[in-house]
Amino acid sequence: MRNKVAIVGAAESSKIGHVPEIGQVQLHCDAALRAMADAGLTPGDIDGIACAEEVPWTIAANLGLTPTWVDGTDVGGCAYMHHLRHAVAAIEAGHATTILITHGESGRSRVGTPGLDMMYTENHRQFELPYGATMPPNMFTLPVRRHMYETGLTAEHLAWAHVRQREWAAMNPRAFLRDPVTVDEVMSSTMIADPITKLMCCLVTDAGGAIIVTSAERAKDMPQKPVYYMGGGETVSFNNISQMPDFAHADVFEVASKKAFAEAGVGHDDIDHLMIYDAFAHLPIFGLEALGFCKKGDAGDFIRDGHTAPGGQLPLNTNGGGMCYTHPGRYGMFALQESIRQLRGTAAAQVDGVEVSMAQGVGGMFFAAATAVLTNVA
Amino acid sequence: MAQERVIPVPTPETRHFWDGTTKNELRLQRCTSCEQAYFPPRPFCPNCSSREVEVFTASGRGRIHTFIISRFRSPGFETPYSLAVVELEEGPRMMTNIVGVPQSTDHIEMEMPVEAVFEPVNDEVSLVKFKPAEGKTDAE
Repeated sequence: MRNKVAIVGAAESSKIGHVPEIGQVQLHCDAALRAMADAGLTPGDIDGIACAEEVPWTIAANLGLTPTWVDGTDVGGCAYMHHLRHAVAAIEAGHATTILITHGESGRSRVGTPGLDMMYTENHRQFELPYGATMPPNMFTLPVRRHMYETGLTAEHLAWAHVRQREWAAMNPRAFLRDPVTVDEVMSSTMIADPITKLMCCLVTDAGGAIIVTSAERAKDMPQKPVYYMGGGETVSFNNISQMPDFAHADVFEVASKKAFAEAGVGHDDIDHLMIYDAFAHLPIFGLEALGFCKKGDAGDFIRDGHTAPGGQLPLNTNGGGMCYTHPGRYGMFALQESIRQLRGTAAAQVDGVEVSMAQGVGGMFFAAATAVLTNVA
Repeated sequence: MAQERVIPVPTPETRHFWDGTTKNELRLQRCTSCEQAYFPPRPFCPNCSSREVEVFTASGRGRIHTFIISRFRSPGFETPYSLAVVELEEGPRMMTNIVGVPQSTDHIEMEMPVEAVFEPVNDEVSLVKFKPAEGKTDAE
């Protein structure tokens, strides 16, 4: 199972950030065309398609694809890690040979889209929405205070999560926020949902990305250094934030990552590079703890003390993350893109000697998660 | 531009709960097999899957389990407003607003004892909100 499938094409849309001149579907297609060029492939070579938010038939129609494998799994921001894991299994099973995964979102400019589909459930409409739980800033933030209460996590710790990622973004010309920022500036930015301030929230941008996978055997003859899929995990759990089983712990991260570690046959010490989907500043903290890199209550200090920053022992969110690089509404694709770049040696803020990267995604408000473990070692 | 609050619309499985709110009753369900009380409403136990469940009226008392003070506007809400998850005495948790106090962290605290109050919306539903509990609560 391990390392039998490789990523041979990977690209983001030509532009990310503020891109009102490109509609949402064309953000998918722009990235797809760039990924195909990256792999030396054409639409005629693609026999599998996966995407979310847009229905796969839209992307197939635009690119002229005739897939024999289709996946539209839509579990929020980590859907792309779900797609990748499914694509790997499909190639191993012979359902397709060359699978394209696309993402595109006009989150900021809202061109060609009615906006982020919150996928409200019936229980949410009856028991949460009437109280003013409308959007991620006033739902995804509810667990923070419980974590603070149980562990002593502070607003300063949350601010450090942004500051450390800004240090990575400073080295990245495509990052939306690059200027140096202080802990005080993050803490005193506009209050959104106490204790979360504006700079503790992810960006809202326009962006797209695409990945192409094929067998490791075929990957040998392709232009880019192959990035192999070692293993992964995926899960779904609860679906209303008020019913989160443990507000101080991301159960879904633990479930998905445990499976990923087992499938990949690696341990924490083997991870050279880590991406944790940061919809908000507390996500990297919940992530480091649930993934087992830190004990509960220790991740805040771990980040503050520089262990995830440039020069640190566990480079984290090295593109700047959703808080500093880009975040159109769903971010999982961009976490994967940075893992791929780091493994190819082409990242803007390249870390030396990266051989194994883990990308952890979240869907909804801790409703779903998926993990990918990738390597450049065959 | 006027934007309205969302009004809950009862469905068959939640009717008992909303009927209760119009009578100032906080109704939960309990599994008769494993005794676990649960919310939100559903016709089978989330713990053991038994369909042998019953409705009962809860005390209305609980504690604030987590909360935010939202400055992020929502239709029909004036900011700042509290958004909380209250853990009821009987075990289940539910989302709500904390009322009867200024909407700030000076007046709303973690684990604060609260009790349910019912805010009529229409003939079918009243919203369940919570205010600081008066007097002593049961020792925990």
